[in-house]
Amino acid sequence: MSDLTRQSAATLASAIARKEVSSEEVTRAHLDRIAQVDERVHAFLHVDRESSIARAREVDQQLAKGELSSPLAGVPIALKDLLATKGVPTTCGSRILEGWRPPYNATIVDKLNAAGVVSLGKTNMDEFAMGSSTEHSGYGPTQNPWDLERIPGGSGGGSAAAVASFESPMAIGTDTGGSIRQPAALTGTVGVKPTYGGVSRYGIVALASSLDQAGPCARDVMDTALLHTVIGGHDPRDSTSINKPVPDVVAAALNADVRGMKIGVIKQLKGEGFQAGVLERFNQSIEILIELGAEVIEVSCPHFEYALGAYYLILPSEASSNLARFDGMRFGIREDDGKNRSVEEVMSATREKGFGAEVKRRIMLGTYALSSGYYDAYYGQAQRIRTLITRDFADAFSHVDVLVSPTAPTTAFKIGEKLDDPLAMYLNDIATIPVNLAGNCAMSLPIGRAPEDGLPVGLQIIAPPMADHLLYQVGSALESALADRWGGLLISEAPTL
Amino acid sequence: MTQGGIDAEQVKHLGKLARLELSPEEVADYTLQLEQILGAITSISAVAADHIPPTSHPIPMENVYREDIAVRGLEINDFARAAPSFEDDRFRVPRILGEPG
Repeated sequence: MSDLTRQSAATLASAIARKEVSSEEVTRAHLDRIAQVDERVHAFLHVDRESSIARAREVDQQLAKGELSSPLAGVPIALKDLLATKGVPTTCGSRILEGWRPPYNATIVDKLNAAGVVSLGKTNMDEFAMGSSTEHSGYGPTQNPWDLERIPGGSGGGSAAAVASFESPMAIGTDTGGSIRQPAALTGTVGVKPTYGGVSRYGIVALASSLDQAGPCARDVMDTALLHTVIGGHDPRDSTSINKPVPDVVAAALNADVRGMKIGVIKQLKGEGFQAGVLERFNQSIEILIELGAEVIEVSCPHFEYALGAYYLILPSEASSNLARFDGMRFGIREDDGKNRSVEEVMSATREKGFGAEVKRRIMLGTYALSSGYYDAYYGQAQRIRTLITRDFADAFSHVDVLVSPTAPTTAFKIGEKLDDPLAMYLNDIATIPVNLAGNCAMSLPIGRAPEDGLPVGLQIIAPPMADHLLYQVGSALESALADRWGGLLISEAPTL
Repeated sequence: MTQGGIDAEQVKHLGKLARLELSPEEVADYTLQLEQILGAITSISAVAADHIPPTSHPIPMENVYREDIAVRGLEINDFARAAPSFEDDRFRVPRILGEPG
């Protein structure tokens, strides 16, 4: 088999299952690729070559004995660094957790292990997943493989860049306001935010508990479907986990057919603030969906214009509470000068030193929004807007099967360009945030490169809760129509580095 | 103070509540930035929504019960390794009460 790092996860898995190649060889090829390019991309915060190879050998032995029958057995993966991995450093991109080795695994990690998937390492991210560019990592930014002077999106920029630079065939991300989908759009890869409650949150360091959802990142729709199936499903250790079977997303990815489907274009997410080349590609994709037999109509979601405001009250409120646990007492660093300072002084000094600027900003915003006297005007009003946005979706889905929009308003911007302007940074997530507020599922699919800068553009497909299969059905139909035109996937046009 | 406005004293107070030992430069930066952010997001107050029920969570929350069966917990040594200071099977913390007068 030629260059193992250029293959899809599905291709690798079947070659491994047929004993044409071992998991160890596949894992070594990806570790070599990481050694070759990650100095420039900086997708990874932690790679342990020897333990990945040892794990791949174990999987090869299990496969030889016929003990594994998973569709991804032996395939390597990259894990966003907020998944708890027992004994393996987990920093969440924060200095406050430097050196922390969790005492247990996230459920996702246990599921991947049981399926014979081999971890290559932990990927870079905006600190505690707060950001849209991976520049807020306490360990330095990740570079976009399409242009190393640009950001890969965020917060899961490391996971997306690892996949886009062929360091890993697939990765796990988490999405609180777009952190899987926006990096996918900006790196020409596929990313899915499953229905809220569809994938266990146990062992995922919480940002905003009512919004966070983990999901798959890969280079094509089928690989995300296979990974979604491995990580999805009910978990008794997560009280918000939905106790229903995972929709058959693999069958849906094989059923690449949109004939007779009704697709809604969201009126509020295609005009002002969107880059011309992003809209051009988006409109072209709509034409293709019509050619493929879908019926496309425009739908209005009038409260979406308030989604960003509601989100930036709800998220900081939940985050300021969740991040209270980082106090330097039980895990992570402790800033103690030994001068008999009080516990409160040590906590304040530890948090001041360990947290970066964006995390502090959001903790204070949340503390403010939840303070007595402002609670109802801010947090209460945001929760009522959340209801109105959920109703907008329900109205829309009474007319159409899925909704579409551009995933992000622009292509990847330059590193440093928006770092000092928090509001400009927040606008990156304008199209992805409503989905998290309502708990729907959504996918970002690469749909070409913007003519003005040659950078990837993503299309967002949104489906109702627990209708994740519709994302894969529409996504694979559009993906194969585009691949026919381009003679392959968009990612094959990415620089070889 | 009007809604959406915030001053340096408030930022200092928020820092105290949030256990952040802010530097004077940070207080100045955050005063400006929080003011800008709150100014941009308070547009949501224009929506007449008093009669709308709030959503705190995207799915209905139900109590989850399980059988009361003893299972093996996490290993104490794993916690000890992860802690900044650990002694006699306990987390060692700084002074939690004032000095005796």
